[in-house]
This record gives sequence, structure tokens and C-alpha cells, in this order.
Amino acid sequence: MQFPESWLRSLVNPALDTAQLAHALTMAGLEVEALAPAAPPFNNVVVAEILSAEKHPDADRLRVCQVDVGEAAPVTIVCGASNAAAGLKVPCARPGAKLPGIEIKVARVRGVESFGMLCSTKELGLEGAADGLMVLPADAPVGEDFRSWLNLDDTLITLKLTPNRADCLSLQGLAREVGAITGAEVRFPQIVEVAPGIQDAVPLQVTASEACPRYLARVVRGIDAQAATPRWMAQRLERSGIRPLLAPVDITNYVLLELGQPMHAFALSRLNGGIEVRLARPGERLELLDGQVVELASDMLVIADAGGPVALAGIMGGRPASVERVTVDVMLEAAFFAPAAIAGRARRLGLSTDSSHRFERGVDFGAIRQAMERATQLLLDICGGQAGPITEAVAELPRREPITLRLPRLTRVAGIELDADQVARDLAAIGAGVERQDDRLVVTPPSFRFDLAIEEDLIEEAVRLFGYDNIPAQPPAAPSRMLPQDETVLADDTLRQMMVDLDYQEVITYSFVDPAWETALDAGARPLLLANPIASQLSAMRTTLWGGLIETLRHNLNRQQARVRIFELGRVYVSLAEQPMRLGGLVYGDALPEQWGAPSRRVDFFDLKGDLERLFGHALDARSGAHPALHPGQCAELWADGRSIGWIGSLHPRLVQAFDLPAAPVLFELDSLALARRSLPRHAALSRFPQMQRDLAFVLDVHTPAGELLAALREAATERVRSIEVFDDYRGKGVAENQKSLAIRVVMQDTERTLTDQEVDGAVQKLVDAALRQCNAPLRV
Amino acid sequence: MRNPNEIVADALAAIQTSPDLPTLEQVKAAYLGKSGQLTELLKSLGAMPADARKTAGARINEAKQAVEAALKTRREVLQEAELDRQLAAETLDVSLPGRGLAHGGLHPVSKTLARIQALFRTIGFDVATGPEVETDFYNFTALNIPEDHPARAMHDTFYLQSGELLRTHTSPVQVRHMQTHQPPLRIIAPGRVYRCDSDVTHTPMFHQIEGLWVDESVSFADLKGVLADFMRNFFERDDLPVRFRPSFFPFTEPSAEMDIGCVMCGGEGCRVCSHTGWLEVLGCGMVHPNVFKHVDIDTERYIGFAFGLGVERLAMLRYGVDDLRLFFENDLRFLKQFN
Repeated sequence: MQFPESWLRSLVNPALDTAQLAHALTMAGLEVEALAPAAPPFNNVVVAEILSAEKHPDADRLRVCQVDVGEAAPVTIVCGASNAAAGLKVPCARPGAKLPGIEIKVARVRGVESFGMLCSTKELGLEGAADGLMVLPADAPVGEDFRSWLNLDDTLITLKLTPNRADCLSLQGLAREVGAITGAEVRFPQIVEVAPGIQDAVPLQVTASEACPRYLARVVRGIDAQAATPRWMAQRLERSGIRPLLAPVDITNYVLLELGQPMHAFALSRLNGGIEVRLARPGERLELLDGQVVELASDMLVIADAGGPVALAGIMGGRPASVERVTVDVMLEAAFFAPAAIAGRARRLGLSTDSSHRFERGVDFGAIRQAMERATQLLLDICGGQAGPITEAVAELPRREPITLRLPRLTRVAGIELDADQVARDLAAIGAGVERQDDRLVVTPPSFRFDLAIEEDLIEEAVRLFGYDNIPAQPPAAPSRMLPQDETVLADDTLRQMMVDLDYQEVITYSFVDPAWETALDAGARPLLLANPIASQLSAMRTTLWGGLIETLRHNLNRQQARVRIFELGRVYVSLAEQPMRLGGLVYGDALPEQWGAPSRRVDFFDLKGDLERLFGHALDARSGAHPALHPGQCAELWADGRSIGWIGSLHPRLVQAFDLPAAPVLFELDSLALARRSLPRHAALSRFPQMQRDLAFVLDVHTPAGELLAALREAATERVRSIEVFDDYRGKGVAENQKSLAIRVVMQDTERTLTDQEVDGAVQKLVDAALRQCNAPLRV
Repeated sequence: MRNPNEIVADALAAIQTSPDLPTLEQVKAAYLGKSGQLTELLKSLGAMPADARKTAGARINEAKQAVEAALKTRREVLQEAELDRQLAAETLDVSLPGRGLAHGGLHPVSKTLARIQALFRTIGFDVATGPEVETDFYNFTALNIPEDHPARAMHDTFYLQSGELLRTHTSPVQVRHMQTHQPPLRIIAPGRVYRCDSDVTHTPMFHQIEGLWVDESVSFADLKGVLADFMRNFFERDDLPVRFRPSFFPFTEPSAEMDIGCVMCGGEGCRVCSHTGWLEVLGCGMVHPNVFKHVDIDTERYIGFAFGLGVERLAMLRYGVDDLRLFFENDLRFLKQFN
């Protein structure tokens, strides 16, 4: 909401300067978003009249003007504006004037001395047409200081009002509020009843009385719609961001700003019979004032005549029955439309009007008659004509039930005790009825407040008027309880730090991705789709982190980053019930950063797998599997506790091409909970006896995974076997084609005694037998 | 018999001139070895008469000891020199960088989230989480934002074709937590939130941290105390000015916006604070009774306060980031600045 400070000060004028007033408003919850001068600074400009304008003897485009600046004798001013003509009233900058960007001096212009400058709006930094001199009305007082005549030393105040404060969407409401927070006296606009001069009235029927519990109409005949809107009114409208159009419309807009009551003026001659306030009927359409034709829904309230809707109630009038320059008779409307009957409708039609903005939030249903009287009086004063009586339909208006404010409760919520008398005075100042009963106040909210219904509303109001800044900030006292710390689940921050320690950079990518990525990574993906995405490439909820990681890789490759190691810890979205947290990573480029002390080589599957083993702190159950996004020969499914927990592998060559990457990144993604889960360490006795080691080489088919052999060996191992690890994978000379030799180190130990060679040999034999039996893997000879 | 003194003189000269340990060992062998000169001399004693043998034996032993002592001294000198040579040969250019992996880093938003959580944990706030694909009920209705309420227009909501929505704030976690936990409650809920808005100062996804404290005696003064304490500790500025302004959120009452003195210009006025000297950093208030009613908490017994703050905003102020969009472009050159 924007308005000129001078208008507010005409109603309430606290002893505060502009900045102090703005601060007071902000700290009362009416946030001042902007303060702007009504005009840029300039001085020494007066209202002047051009007495004569003769062609300059030596310049075709210049005129030599004799100008009355309110002094005894006219002054000579050379002017280049094409519209300079005798009889015009214009702003004139006197010698010594400082205008935006220039200083005016007496100057010789092509041989003629010029005592000042006649100004355009542009030269004064004002808005409006800039071609030629700014033409002032004929009644402008010659010699008067231009700034004070136009009240230019004014400030435009813009408030960012919260939706609960509809009562402050008018100057009257703001004045009341300023009075309450500063104690300054408020002079509300004086409104007198206009006695009917004619008896004309439009038959009125309110069918939707719940949606429209109060409707006032009044006929005014014989107006001059083309009458000039008075300058003071036009100026207030303009400074409130509303362009003056036509006097009757300007008047209703003025009342909207002044009193907060949206009004509408219909051209009486265009109304067909009586009017009805009802809900729209199926199929009804209306051409709105802005020219848009809208299809009306059955929950939209309309003003209709015998021919159908003529206005979308509380939102916008219809074009056919709107007031035009030729309109002579009007019907004024002032109504209370229930917020629930208006809310959301304008938005659905893509509209937001000053009227709907107010009705959605609540308009003072107790002051509608005043608004009607005010508008009538202004209309008669400005456009002439004669008013009929007010026709009014009233049904069940909102109630304002008394609310009990318990003072001890107020103290408990606020944290300090507020003075009860002060609270009562503050609530009375905002227009509420207040009655003190022992340790409680019984408060009846005014009709213009739609945000006061329960005790908490009054607590908020009491604390607000007391001043939030006057409540002390105190450290709370609470029982000290420790927070539980589950030692068997690593915190997300710990997982992140572990990744960082492994030389991964964390990234955060959007949860919504290009649906094409999703289907490229998995043709069977059925991601959740947004109904109103910001862009089509951000319309699918990700089911994998890989899309974002690959895009991040591309983004950085395009910025000369050759080695990329990134991870993201975030959710993927399957359904409302299933939004699991995943850890995803991507490595690309060299295994190590370029350095003098290590040969460079490309990062590969086993680098990434090693990182995962370090993350888990133990060997992984990685089984070859098939994932649509991964290279079929460099891809493993990770298992834990009998379920699949994720995937690791090189990006499929087809996708490398599709994403236009120079080489394949290696990726992983896993269920972060599976990674976070740890077993609580349990001490076991250390052996004091030596450990025995045997190295065995098995020959097996190249296609048999090492994991299979290890699983067979571990299964066959006696409890004295402490570890079985692969330490070499050899293919080539000495081993048949299609075969490989895996070297296995077996470590054995007993907690009670030193093992004999016989016992060791026996245990090894069991392993050898198992390898042969289960993997067809004999010892290499 | 050769005079042992002569032999000793020869030996000492040979020892002194031995350039290295192997030569020294050869010298040792030549005098003290199985057929060394002094050993031979000793052997020749057997042929001597007993009285002469005793005197000669004593002289030879003295000679041996003299040679051994000289050998020991020379050996130590040579060993020391050898070690010096070895050390010189093994000297590294320690100014060269170390070997192996580099170090990664946390995203600045994660860093900020972690810092906020750590601060609140010090006064007993536990961390709660909730879904990001949410229902209308949890995101709006349970937070006292009915259908068609003007406050819904303030939330530019992303809807899913399946009918759910993307949460517009972390406040739904409050409701979910209160449904499953009994007061007293003290939680913060960090996470991603979404608004259908994208320009220089808005990204369609960003992060919030929601805070909730419900107990029998929690007041607006406590709310102010906790949040002022937090901001001063977050920015490590004991003198950071803070102020609370009345505001409106459907799920709190009284509601407030919290401002801090601009950390960029120290309150003098700059572009970041729009020349007001103040920065709006969070919204907060006392939990609205309608919210408690949705989760069956006795509003007479319990009072609560809640707050929600934008993580990117705090990260920008803390680390001097001037463009919100940088957070989600994931340019490694940007991200590595926070490592």
C-alpha cells in the first residue's frame, strides 16, 4: 500500500519526523518498505505565465518570451520548446535555481539575454509527458513557489502489510493505528448524511445473503461525468499509485483509499431492471472493465440485472455497465462481501484488484453507510446531480463476540507482566470495547478488525502495542537433559565429513530434474511429475542422484576442471511414503591430483570401490549385476543384511555419448542409512600365540568372480582362520588361456596355544577341497 | 723378533691413513688377524725362554691394545663420516608438496546448516526431519492456513501431478513431530523447501531450519532470548544489534520478524541492507493454539515458540556470498572456496 505522507498527516500528525514515523510504523508491524520523495530536490522554481512568445531574431527554433513571474515587471526568457505560447502557465526556474543536473544562470542565448528557464516535467525530474513545457492549469497562481503550490515536499510511503491487517488498507485505518501507537490525536474525515433530493431507487434483491450480508445502493442523477477531478484528489490518487481517469471513478477510488471501502459506480441507463446479488449460474460470462471476458464459476458472486451479470462482486465491474464520459445517471454500490465468498476467486482468474485485495481480507461492515455518504457528497460536489435515498439490504453480519483476556495468561505468554491499565487503554485506542473484570479484560473487537477472535489475538495485540522491543530477551530456564546419542548410527554430518576426507567435494543439486535425464538413466523410471514446474527441464522429482551429479560434472568440465570428485547426500522421491536419503558420488579424471611424486593414471572402478570400503570400514558384498545406466561389465550391486543397498559402476558408454562426456565417470549411489548403521564394537580376547600364514594360488575360470572363491573359502574356514584375502590376480604366462590365478593369503591363529603344522595343513586342506568342489579351482602347480 | 714398537708405529700409520671402513678392516687383519704381524709375534713367544717370554708377552699385549684402541677410534671416525655421507645423500627437498589424494570440502549450505545445528544442540535442541513431498494438510491446514486464506498466496507452491505438493517451509515437521512426541519438546528441523519462484534473489529450492520449543513455561521473552543468543553466536558478534517486529504467520501468535544489524556495513547502510542498516533474518512467534489443537496438545498447560530461518541467507551473510544462485550451480571453483 502506497500513500503520501501529507495525506496521513492531515488525519493524524504526531511530533515525529518522516524517518521516526516510518520507524514507528515498522516497529508496530506495519513495515515501511520504501520512502520516496514526491519529487527530486530542486529550488527557485515559480509558477509563471508566458505573456508573449516571439521568434528569436537569430534562431529559427528559439523563442524570446516575456514571462510574468509574479514580479512588477516581466522577465525575458529564451525558450526552445515548441509549445511555448502566450497565455500558457508554466514552471519557471529563476536564475540561481538548482534543478536535477543543472544550475540556472543568467545567460546570453544567441545574443539575447535570458533570465531563467521555462521547464518541462523532465527538467524538473517529474513524471509525465516530456515533450515541451509542462503546462499548468489556468488557475495556477502566478509567482507562487512551484514546490509548495504542488505540495512537492511530500514523501511517498510504501507499506508491506501482512494479510491480517486489512484495517490498515486505508488512510483512516492507518491514522487510527498511528494514533494508537503514538498517542497523537486523530481527526477522522467528517462525513455528513446527504439528504435525498430525488426518490429514484433501483429494486434490489440479495439472494446470496451469506456471501453478501450488506448491500447499499444509491441512484444519483444528472451528473457531469466529465467534470474535472479536483487537483487535491488527483494528486492524492496519483501519489497512492492510482491514475485519475474520470471523476466518478476517481471518487470511488478515493473513498477506497480514504475509508477502505471498495465502491463501484454503475451507469444507470445500462442497468436492465432491478439488480440481484447472487452466485453466477453455469455458463455465464462477463466482460470485465479491463476488456477480459471471463467464464464465471458457480462459486463466484455477481451483481446481475435482468440481462445477467454486470459486475464480478468485490473484484471488478463489468464493462457494459461501466461509467463513461457521457454517463449522466449512476448507481453507487457499497457492500460488504464476506471474505470467504471472495477469497481465491480473483487469483483463479489471474486478477488482483484493490477491491478484491480488501474484501478477501475483510472490509469494515460497520462503516459502509459512511462510505456511501462520503462518495455521494464528493460526487455531488464535483459532478453535480441529485441523489436518491440509500437502498440497503442487510442479513446476518459477522459477529464481534466479547473475548476474555486473562491477564495472568498474558504475563505467562509475554514473559513479563504488562500494566493492566495500559493494556486496556491500548486496546481501546485501536477501537475495541474494553471492560475490566478483576484479573481479566473483556474485549469486544471493532467491526474493522478481522484478526481478533480469540485470546491469543488479544495477547498479540497487547504485546504489539506495548512494543516487542520492550519485552526483555531472556535466556530461558529449562531442565538440563542430555540429548540421546545413538552410537550405532552415524550422523549425516559424519558421513559428509568422511566423504570430504576421501577427497570428495559436496554438491547440492535441485530435487527436480529434467525428465529426460531420468528416463536416460533408467528407461523404466516413473518419476513424480510437477504440475506447475518452473521450467520443463525442472519438472521431474529425481529418483536417483546421478542426473544432478552428471550435470554438475558437465558444468565443471566446461569450466576446465579436469578432475572431478563430487558427492551429494540427499533424498530421492518415489512417493509420499517413500523419500529415502541417498548418498551418491561421482569420480572423473585422474585418480590423484596432478603431482610430482606419483604417476598419473585415470581413476577407475576399484578406486571408487576402495573409497566405499573405507566408508563402510569393511569389505563390501558387491555382486555383479545389471543396471541400465552402468557399463554391464563394470557394475556391481551392493548388498547388506540380505538386501540390495546400492550400485557402483562406470557410466554406460551409450550414456557417456548421450550426455556428451569425453570419458566415462565412475558412479555410486547407496542407501545412506545402510552406510550409517554400525555395530557397537565388542572386545574379544587377544591371542598370545603366534599366527601362521599360508599363501595359496588357485587356478580358476576367468569369469568366476573372486568373490565367489572367497565366499567358498570363508564358508569352509575353521574358526582358527583369522583372515582370507586376495593378494594377486594373475593371468598370462604359465596360466592357461581363459583361466586366472588368484593368490590367497590365509592367516590362522588359536587363542589357547601355538598351532601345529599338522593342524595348519588340515585347515588348509579343507579350504583347498572347498575351492575345488565349489569353484572348480585347483591349486596352481 | 721384530720390535713390537716398530710394528705399532707402522700399524698406527696405516690406521690413520685408512680412508674407509673396509681398508681399516684390512689393516686390522694385517696386524691382529690370524696371521697378522702381532699375532705372529705372539705365536713366536712359545719358542722363547720363560723369563724372556713374560716380558716380551707383556710388550706384545701392550702393542695389541695400542693398535686396538687406534682401530676403535679410527672406526668411529670413519663410521661417523660414513653416516654423514649417507645423510647427505638421503636429504630430501622438503619444500616439495606431499603425495596422495587432495582434500574435499563441504558445500557452504551444509557448513552453515551444521553450524546452526551445533549451536542449537548446545542448548538441548534435537534434530528432527520430515518429508519434502508433503500433503496439503501438513503444509497448510495443520498450520492454520485454510484453503483460500490469503497467506497461501504468499507461498508459491509447487504441486505434483499426483496431488501432493513440495513443502514450502520446514514447518510441517513441527506438526509431524508433535503428533508423535509428547512435550516438553525442543527440536530443530533442517531441510530443503520449495517455492515456485526463480529470479536473481530466489531459487526454486532452498533450505530452512525450523525450530520448536514447547514446554510449560516458555514465553515470548524466552523466544527473544534464544534467537538473540543464536544470532550473536552464529556471527560471533556479542554486540550484534537485534530487533523484533510484529508480523503475521498463521501458525504463530504473537508473530515476529527478527532483524539483525547489517553485518556487512555495521548498520551504516549499504546495498545489502537496502540502506536501512537492518537485515531481516527470520520469522518466529508463539505457537498458535489452532496448531496445538491439530496435534492434541493442551494449550492451557503448554506454551511453545517456533521459528524458521533461511539457511542460504545466513550463509551469504556469513561468508560474503553476493549471489544466491551460486549455491546451486555447483561450480567447483566456487565450492572449493569454503574448504
